[in-house]
Amino acid sequence: MAHPRSAFGASPSRGRRQRTGKAGSAAPAWLRARVLLDLTALVFALAACTLPALAADGRTPQPVIEAARAGTQCIADPATMRREHPAILEHQRDATVRGGIRGAKASLKACIDCHASAVSGSVAKAESNFCVSCHAYAAVQIDCFGCHASRPQVTLARQLP
Amino acid sequence: MNPGQRDDPAPDVVPGPASRRGFLGVAAAAMGGTLLAGGVRLIEVAQAATPSPTAGANPKVRWGLLIDTEKCASGCTDCVTACNTENGLATPARPTDAQWIRKIEIKEINGQRSASLPVMCQHCADPPCVDVCPTGASFKRADGIVMVDRHTCIGCRYCVMACPYQARSFVHEPLSEQKPDVPRGKGCVESCTLCVHRIDQGQQNTACAEACTQAGHGAIVFGNLNDPDSEISRRARAAATTQLRADLRLGLGVRYQGL
Repeated sequence: MAHPRSAFGASPSRGRRQRTGKAGSAAPAWLRARVLLDLTALVFALAACTLPALAADGRTPQPVIEAARAGTQCIADPATMRREHPAILEHQRDATVRGGIRGAKASLKACIDCHASAVSGSVAKAESNFCVSCHAYAAVQIDCFGCHASRPQVTLARQLP
Repeated sequence: MNPGQRDDPAPDVVPGPASRRGFLGVAAAAMGGTLLAGGVRLIEVAQAATPSPTAGANPKVRWGLLIDTEKCASGCTDCVTACNTENGLATPARPTDAQWIRKIEIKEINGQRSASLPVMCQHCADPPCVDVCPTGASFKRADGIVMVDRHTCIGCRYCVMACPYQARSFVHEPLSEQKPDVPRGKGCVESCTLCVHRIDQGQQNTACAEACTQAGHGAIVFGNLNDPDSEISRRARAAATTQLRADLRLGLGVRYQGL
């Protein structure tokens, strides 16, 4: 299977997080599938017996997901985005950085444009902001905003009412 | 086990102890299929999710700069300021801040002649920074632009050492207020990108060249060295140009006139 990166003619990345897609990674894939199955079973079990109770007495803090900018449409349904957004963004980042393809539908910049908070103007500044609220809940560290701007480009059109 | 056995088809109908190997073969094939399906699905997502993406780096193009040192004004730093503003670098820069372009003054030791010129990443055809990078983060795009993929850069700074032009900088401190088009962060090496975000959007001019023209000097020309009709090619044909440290034979994308 040809690796997608080879299409860009740039030197191949031997990055830390590169997915080779070779048979060598079959065992992790099998493990992941197994873990996913187990997790799914666990989630169903929890949903069946404990979750309503927890939700009823409000002891489990739920992430507050801020609404996206009005009049915008996400590139996929919420369930897909919740599960797949890391893979979608990781795939696109190589196409953009190495291949120079910009303006694709899956773009971190486009995510931020729609999901930046109306209050803080950012997706990661305050604890209630779009990216941080879920990532704090899932205890997954988010590294994107060490380098990427967490707020949309400030343009004159956006500033004016 | 003989060496050729691996390539044989899995004997999935052999009875007895060998049938376990057959089962493993079938299982491996099934997992391989799962993986392939996963990979294919990802590609479909990316391709279907492209309403109007740009075409990407064109391998027929070779972007470059021509710098006319006769026109470059001593003491003028408009190109440096424009670069800092465009890419969100600190202005005025502290000694430890990253520097993508700098102005230098050179003078003949036994003569009166002096020249002022900007120096930035020379976008080599055979970049030493790419040769030494242990992670593949330092790379050359199809259109000749040499860049750092910050996603894979580990900040080892081998490229800083390898570059003969001291074009690369390391970001020592946490940054904030980056430009959405120019992500930058602590722990990575960076250098001039020839305003790659502008090029990808079809805007064929760098911030430094634009500022130089606006200042009335017109000392920096940006263009496609592979296109014989471009201004940069015409000027490179009309006058003698120099590559810095031409003895290294790195095939530079930045040419100097009047040195």
